[in-house]
Amino acid sequence: MVENRPWLTFLSHAVLLLGVLAVAFPLYVTFVASTLSLEQIMQAPMPLWPGDQLVENYSQVLTAGSTKGSKAAASSMLVNSLVMALVIPLGKIAISVISAFAIVYFRFPLRMFFFWMIFVTLMLPVEVRIIPTFKVIADLGMLNTYAGLTVPLIASATATFLFRQFFMTIPDELAEAARVDGASPMRFFVDVLLPLSKTTMAALFVIQFIYGWNQYLWPLLITTDESMYTTVIGIKRMIVGSDAANEWNLIMATAILAMLPPALVVMLMQKWFVKGLVETEK
Amino acid sequence: MEKRVVFRSAWLPYALVAPQIAITIVFFFWPAVQAVWYSFQLQDAFGLRSQFVGLQNFAALFKDGNYLESFRTTALFSVLVAFFGIAISLLLATMADRVLRGAMAYKTLLIWPYAVAPAVAGVLWAFLFAPSIGIVTYVLKGWGVDWNWIIKGDQAMGLVVIASVWKQISYNFLFFLAGLQSVPRSLIEAAAIDGASPPRRFWTIVFPLLSPTTFFLLVVNIVYAFFDTFGVIDATTQGGPGQATNILVYKVYHDGVKAADLGGSSAQSVILMFIVIALTVAQFRFVERKVQY
Repeated sequence: MVENRPWLTFLSHAVLLLGVLAVAFPLYVTFVASTLSLEQIMQAPMPLWPGDQLVENYSQVLTAGSTKGSKAAASSMLVNSLVMALVIPLGKIAISVISAFAIVYFRFPLRMFFFWMIFVTLMLPVEVRIIPTFKVIADLGMLNTYAGLTVPLIASATATFLFRQFFMTIPDELAEAARVDGASPMRFFVDVLLPLSKTTMAALFVIQFIYGWNQYLWPLLITTDESMYTTVIGIKRMIVGSDAANEWNLIMATAILAMLPPALVVMLMQKWFVKGLVETEK
Repeated sequence: MEKRVVFRSAWLPYALVAPQIAITIVFFFWPAVQAVWYSFQLQDAFGLRSQFVGLQNFAALFKDGNYLESFRTTALFSVLVAFFGIAISLLLATMADRVLRGAMAYKTLLIWPYAVAPAVAGVLWAFLFAPSIGIVTYVLKGWGVDWNWIIKGDQAMGLVVIASVWKQISYNFLFFLAGLQSVPRSLIEAAAIDGASPPRRFWTIVFPLLSPTTFFLLVVNIVYAFFDTFGVIDATTQGGPGQATNILVYKVYHDGVKAADLGGSSAQSVILMFIVIALTVAQFRFVERKVQY
């Protein structure tokens, strides 16, 4: 703070509080709706104070899903989401760290060609190759499988770059010492590089956990079986028509369940989250 | 930049890059090549036969009023999302950078929407604005505004913009906050001693120094509006009413998956690919050059 201006400080707090409230308002209404009965929501305006249906709504969605739309139970959808949210970041980290190691610590023909191949994937998001990718998955028999949900998403240009950048900052003396001592490349990788990369991996994991959990278009394309729905897809499938036809209390309970894990990860692992966000965008 | 010390092995580096390269070939390059190939083909109504038609699919697209309309819709949508997303988060970040007390709490309470999936953000706001039962609709009705995004195109656009901006504010906020914290305090102090008021200091010192961050966020937000908002649209308006929110990405999906128009959808994919390439190049150039006044 450069100077003391009480009114400006007051204004800052007012604006920030307004921002926090505006950001939190939809979450609050969602939570309230998830504790009400459908009749209470249908009367306009709905109450803005939590009701007593919390246990009923949540146990209904967790065990049986909605009655009008998708009947997938939220418990199985949460498991599917968790599989995506764990396998995608772990897979991305695993294949990116070894390809970055190869590109930084070896000289071999086609090295730059591979590097550019990985780079170009940045320009080919799922959205621009929807149907052919779907066909590939169908031909490989990967529709409605965990492999289909995760493997195509674990190629990662950003993670490879991040590890490459990081490896470039590691002093050459370490590799030299390892070579003088007769350590094999893999020994150097496992005993020196991996321990040094821990913070980068943690940051990347947090970002990619959220990425995996929140996938939408991909599971929408390749899951037709209710037992393979992820939570986000399940919410969409519970919406059956225009506003009054939906079981909003159940949809909102599922929405809360869908938001809780990634929101907790962001808030509790804030340090890693911010680091990951800022570094992956460099 | 290259490493001076390297290891030697005839096979190891290939084994190390193999998994990543295999996935990129099977799930990225092969489908992308096929998208380009399909875009030159015309299929008959049953999908049994196809013939090579050259650029006919592209020519048809640019004669199609709906497609050109979708371009306009996407442009309007991304400008609105980028503008409001950047303006609101810059305001919040500037305020958060000023306050001493509670700065950490504000930050925590502002960043969590990053964790919300776009589709879920769409459902949340669709519920608030639901024509007959939504709480915001109810309040608006009290003010004499008849809000029904299921029928009215501009209100549907409003809804998807609000949901998309709401989700993106946290991201922009974090980058602006980091940018603001790297503005040298001595410059601001010098200006303050010379008697410059806080707004004047902001517009003549802080804002120009933030321009690299702002340009970067501009590109990121446009990419976000072009591609990542698919979930918002699909969970709420599904491109409607009419064509009011049918952005390019949604149209590719709709024409390809729902309407099964392989050639037309692939031609749209190829055009989108060019847009992504342009945006990626723009992003890297801005980041490299560090635009400054």
